[in-house]
Amino acid sequence: MSALPRPSLTPAFESARRGDRSRVGQLASAARREWRVAPFTARVSVLCLLIFYLFAAASPLIAPYDPTHQYRNLPDCPPMRPHLSAPADWPHGMLFAYPMKMDDALARHFVEDRSRKIWLRFFHRGHFLTTESPDDPCFILGSEGLGRDLFSRIVYGARVSMCIGLVGVLISFSLGISVGAFSGLVGGRIDNLIMRWCEIEMSLPSFYFLLALAAVIPSGMSTVATFFMIVAIMSFIGWAGFARVIRGMAASLRSAPYVEAARALGGSRTRLLMRHVIPAVLGFAAVNASLSIPGYILGESALSLLGLGIQEPASSWGNLLAQAMDPQNIEHYPWVLIPGVFISVAVMAFNFLGDHLRDRLDPANFN
Amino acid sequence: MGRFLLKRLLLMIPLIIGITFISFAAMSLVPGNFVSSLALDPKISPQVLKQMEAEFGLDQPLMIRYLRWLWQVVHMNFGVSLAYRVNVTNLIASRAANTVLLALASMILSWAIAIPVGIIVAVRQNSILDRTLSFISFLGMSVPGFFLAFLAMDFALWSGWFPVGGSFSPDYATLDTWSQVADRFNHLILPALVLGLAGVASLMRLMRSQILEIKHAEFVRTARAKGLSESRVMYKHVLRNALNPFVTMAGYGLADLLGGAALVETVMNLQGLGLLLLTAVRSLDVPLVMGSVLMGTILLLVGNLLADIALVAVDPRVDFSTLASQ
Repeated sequence: MSALPRPSLTPAFESARRGDRSRVGQLASAARREWRVAPFTARVSVLCLLIFYLFAAASPLIAPYDPTHQYRNLPDCPPMRPHLSAPADWPHGMLFAYPMKMDDALARHFVEDRSRKIWLRFFHRGHFLTTESPDDPCFILGSEGLGRDLFSRIVYGARVSMCIGLVGVLISFSLGISVGAFSGLVGGRIDNLIMRWCEIEMSLPSFYFLLALAAVIPSGMSTVATFFMIVAIMSFIGWAGFARVIRGMAASLRSAPYVEAARALGGSRTRLLMRHVIPAVLGFAAVNASLSIPGYILGESALSLLGLGIQEPASSWGNLLAQAMDPQNIEHYPWVLIPGVFISVAVMAFNFLGDHLRDRLDPANFN
Repeated sequence: MGRFLLKRLLLMIPLIIGITFISFAAMSLVPGNFVSSLALDPKISPQVLKQMEAEFGLDQPLMIRYLRWLWQVVHMNFGVSLAYRVNVTNLIASRAANTVLLALASMILSWAIAIPVGIIVAVRQNSILDRTLSFISFLGMSVPGFFLAFLAMDFALWSGWFPVGGSFSPDYATLDTWSQVADRFNHLILPALVLGLAGVASLMRLMRSQILEIKHAEFVRTARAKGLSESRVMYKHVLRNALNPFVTMAGYGLADLLGGAALVETVMNLQGLGLLLLTAVRSLDVPLVMGSVLMGTILLLVGNLLADIALVAVDPRVDFSTLASQ
């Protein structure tokens, strides 16, 4: 028995990979089976993540307002509650909200104006759910200090916060798997050297180092460029630990009979690596990588929170939370903490999902 | 032991040089320097700026600047902070003490909670209590430390029981010694709780899985067969062995703790190393950034070393010769 976990989920995935005819159908039924065996927490996690990625993919549609538009008369406005309207009013809209009026400009205190109703409409003006006119906004999660809609900013912020994990993992995954597998396969002095280097990277005081490196990001850079700088810095720190795990697996594969056989048949080092070692560790590596996604989300949030990451007016969940750095804001406008809830839920979902996947791929659970 | 220590200490040298050089190079990649941020001030003439640049050695190429800095460090001189105009050593020493205090307090706190709870949960495996606590711990693991810090600030504001951020009260200097200690302690509780809670969940899970693994080991069966009481088996045989990875964790968890401490410090405005580093990074105060990074690295490396030494003391299967040959 090989010590390695078998990198497969259900047999349908396997046959789909082999290229059977109805690939899509096979995959769909496999997904259905996976869904059936998944525990409740994993299902909820998948749903949460789907919603967040939908936010990222379709932000202009889902966000009710322009995320950078400043409603100057509605700064720090509390969340407005949508009400269900009476059936007679349904031609106007099924939902409505009462507009907010500032009654104390100094304390930024708002009261509901019950004399008027703002109608909410589905698929109106190219948004999923928005008010009849853009001048009468309904802030379901409140607004921030400059009068921008917090929910719209969160939806657009999902682009940065949800993608950073995927891109970061992709980089550290490909780097870690190629370096780790190579190192484990060749062994000897090169292996030793690479592993010492990995240890150096692993013993970095990562957050201090991250802060020092983040100083490189000039403030005038575009959001996309900043995003990639952050990803690059974090993957630079993150790939080493991953490479070590893969290296361990590859080293035990070096003397596995089928690798020996391939070598005896005259397979080149590249061929051994690409055809025999990397495919064997791929499944395990993918799960391991998915477990490291939360680290990237948290890292970006922390940097943006401290003002070193994504800059205004672009939004990420981290820099939205920066408003809460002022205790005054927490006290008077507690809804500034909402982006933190989104970060927590995203991290939680990835943790639950990763945990479940790890259990599924654990050879001890195969029967 | 001597050979092991020597090897580890020698290995630290290239490590420290590598880390500081990368940080140094990164800082120099930033357009502008500390002096150029002063250029916006019309009261300072261009000649003075040039003079300052030459005085700080900012007009030299990267390698020269780095080697100069390294030469100073070898002579135990960390330079003078450009922004504060104070010796970096003094500045960092007082701040690092605060950070270490916070890290230690939170570590003690999280162990004090996680180990007993982990034992209880493992003993009653698969009971309702076990499932609930495991679920809660998983939730707790996912809440970011900085968010917890915000919630703690909110709690402090709401309840009025704790000071809202800061390391000490404004009238700290006028207090007598005991009140000073009490004041510091009062300011430390909430941050330590925040930082400690983040670690509780993972420590608890580790404790649980450790005990479950050891519970069915052969030496435990032997102990039972000898007729030892259940509590004696648990505490003398199971627990003693289950604690081994915690010793290693203590050293390697230090990195997370330092990083976490930096964030909690910034959010709760504590006068620690993390906050110092952040302000230094923002103002491109190179000597201060380098000093903080160096200090953080040394804290981490020494922590790992101490953890390995402690492991030898606790675990008879590990000795210095095996550690040195790794």
